[in-house]
Amino acid sequence: MRLIVEHRTRYRFSEPQTRLIQCLRMTPDDTDDQTVIGWSIDVDCDARLRESRDGLGNRQAMLYADGPIDGIEISVRGEVLTGDHGGVVRGTHEPLPPVFYLRETERTVAGAALSGFMVEALAGGADAAAIDAVTRAIHGRFKLASHVEELRDAAATFAAEAATGRELAQMLVAGLRAAEIPARYVSGYRQREGRACAPHGWVEAFAGAEGWIAVDPSAGGRIDERYVRVAIGLDTASVTPVAGSRLGPGEEMLDVALIVEQARGQ
Amino acid sequence: MGDLRAFDEIWGQGGPDNPREPLAMLADWIAETPREELARRLEAAENTFRQLGITFAVYGDRDAAERIIPFDIVPRVFLADEWARLSEGLIQRVEAINAFLDDIYGDRRILADGVLPPDIVFRNPQFRHEVAGIRPPHGIWAHICGIDLVRTGPDDFFVLEDNARTPSGVSYMLENREAMIRLCPELFRNFRVAAVDSYPDRLHETMRSVAPPGAGSRPVCVVLTPGHFNSAYYEHSFLADSMGIELVEPADLVVDDDIVWMQTIAGRVKVDVIYRRIDDDFLDPVVFRPDSLLGVPGIMSAYRAGNVTLINAPGNGIADDKAIYSYMPEIVRYYSGGEAKLPNVETYRCREPQALKYVLDRLPELVVKLVDGSGGYGMLVGPTASSEEIERFRAALIAEPHRYIAQPTLALSTVPTLTEKGLAPRHVDFRPFVLTGRDGVQVVPGGLTRVALKEGSLVVNSSQGGGTKDSFVLLPEARQMQKMGGMFQQQELGS
Repeated sequence: MRLIVEHRTRYRFSEPQTRLIQCLRMTPDDTDDQTVIGWSIDVDCDARLRESRDGLGNRQAMLYADGPIDGIEISVRGEVLTGDHGGVVRGTHEPLPPVFYLRETERTVAGAALSGFMVEALAGGADAAAIDAVTRAIHGRFKLASHVEELRDAAATFAAEAATGRELAQMLVAGLRAAEIPARYVSGYRQREGRACAPHGWVEAFAGAEGWIAVDPSAGGRIDERYVRVAIGLDTASVTPVAGSRLGPGEEMLDVALIVEQARGQ
Repeated sequence: MGDLRAFDEIWGQGGPDNPREPLAMLADWIAETPREELARRLEAAENTFRQLGITFAVYGDRDAAERIIPFDIVPRVFLADEWARLSEGLIQRVEAINAFLDDIYGDRRILADGVLPPDIVFRNPQFRHEVAGIRPPHGIWAHICGIDLVRTGPDDFFVLEDNARTPSGVSYMLENREAMIRLCPELFRNFRVAAVDSYPDRLHETMRSVAPPGAGSRPVCVVLTPGHFNSAYYEHSFLADSMGIELVEPADLVVDDDIVWMQTIAGRVKVDVIYRRIDDDFLDPVVFRPDSLLGVPGIMSAYRAGNVTLINAPGNGIADDKAIYSYMPEIVRYYSGGEAKLPNVETYRCREPQALKYVLDRLPELVVKLVDGSGGYGMLVGPTASSEEIERFRAALIAEPHRYIAQPTLALSTVPTLTEKGLAPRHVDFRPFVLTGRDGVQVVPGGLTRVALKEGSLVVNSSQGGGTKDSFVLLPEARQMQKMGGMFQQQELGS
């Protein structure tokens, strides 16, 4: 499938900023499942971009801009050719071994309730089938929310009735780790019919001999050719598309617009 | 506890009347100098420290905002041959620490070879994935190490703890020496004491030697402090002053285009080497804790791009973590090819069920430490603990055994110390400072001796009522000029 991504992030500041430094994790890499045909990041002010790769293998770009800045718009546009390998992840940069992804973070403390749920849903398994089963179980248990004021951590998500896709993904990551299955949060894009959507989050879990497999708890199953993988991390906080620091007073207003669609003519 | 078996470094096992032979002259000085005179000198030294502002804040003590660390006028002395052996062990250890860090953030051969269980590295929050794949200039990570040692006999030294992040205390080594030279000049006439005052020059040279390749022949070095409210601010400003380089706060630095700039009245100056005294967590809000107000946004990107050297390197916590500590003998053997010349204190890893059982059976005899604790907090000293404390630790150990290690209570050596009741032995430990630069490893002939001022106490931490002493390293008898690190170490003082 040929997917076109247009992701616009606009910050407006109530007062002009002296300096702006942002880390952008908005650039996908080629994997066995996806080939990046074209990708560009444009900024509507005088800014310098420096590309590098972080310790987890993600591509990132540092953005440096001098003030006075009233606002900044970061426009990402790209085209990716995707395939469907049944959610089996191959061809990724893996600087760290799976055991690293057992590490707990502040947002991925499972708590007793989630851990108990996992034990039951995994039924002693740690293979791909068990991971699929637990993904379905989570999908069945929660109503999908389109928006929350502030993203909740894993334990708080589990106590709720409804959660966003990203919250569910982070929660599944926490639950899998509690069951000693290496798991990581993936941020990226998902194409859906008929509506614009926010950047999406799903899960890659390490299923032993089967390697890393990608599951999406908000869809209840493996990912397919409608997904574009951008960055991995230990939790939602570590893969935010724009992490930044600004020097200056006042408030900031954030406005995100996203279109993920299939290229015409297919 | 008043352990009679403890080895006294001046009096030996024989008491004041029968001192160790090479130190008889010092024992005489202690015996013959009137108590009032010693007390007067001690007070003069402490007044100086107070005026200089060498204070520290006690965490959790709101009444006493800042105190000086008590000083003791009786020095601690290392004989030349003792020091030579100690130095060899320290160099071997610090070389291993650097090799370990370079390996663990690089190829990870040590894990491939099965020397360490991978999970104690990868699941350890001290392993910073943010620096994985980075290689600092010359592969040096721990440029400044403070290795905490204890002694139990004439030739029995043990490493209690490695400090490879931002070890503090070197200003005490230097200020204590200055006070001693001023207040007890006769000691420096009678003993040939190795000078420590070259430390700032050696540190500066170390910093310059690890500048990034593009820095040019005169790299710009700075000391980065979190600010004057920090408990070690005196040391930060002291070191910058004595090296003759800028002391900067985070707001003085900006990162642009992956380059660190210092804002000065004359304009922007590119910075090449930063001796940062800010913990990893707070160093860069873009990469580490986003709520940090102490950091320099973007500094890690400049570091990753190889445009600035950070001293010590971020991520070093994985080398001095208490869980890793117990594997240090294996780590030293792996990288040096020989046995560790400085042994560890025997350590029980409570994460291992058998060790946990052993520890729980012997809590009143052991010292129990939190794997991620420091400064004497979260620590149980079994022999001096109340039964409530012991039971509290027992419960904590059972609940979270992986967070603890335990060690036997050592009969730490003592040094005569001036107390309210006269001169009496008090337990000490020792932190020498080891510098690693492009041209190798050097041990400064001196260090920080911490002394537990309370009778029988084994806790030397300043936050828990410890004090400091000067640490003399005696030069070899043969009056050889010894060339070390490009500096002549012999210094004649007094007549």
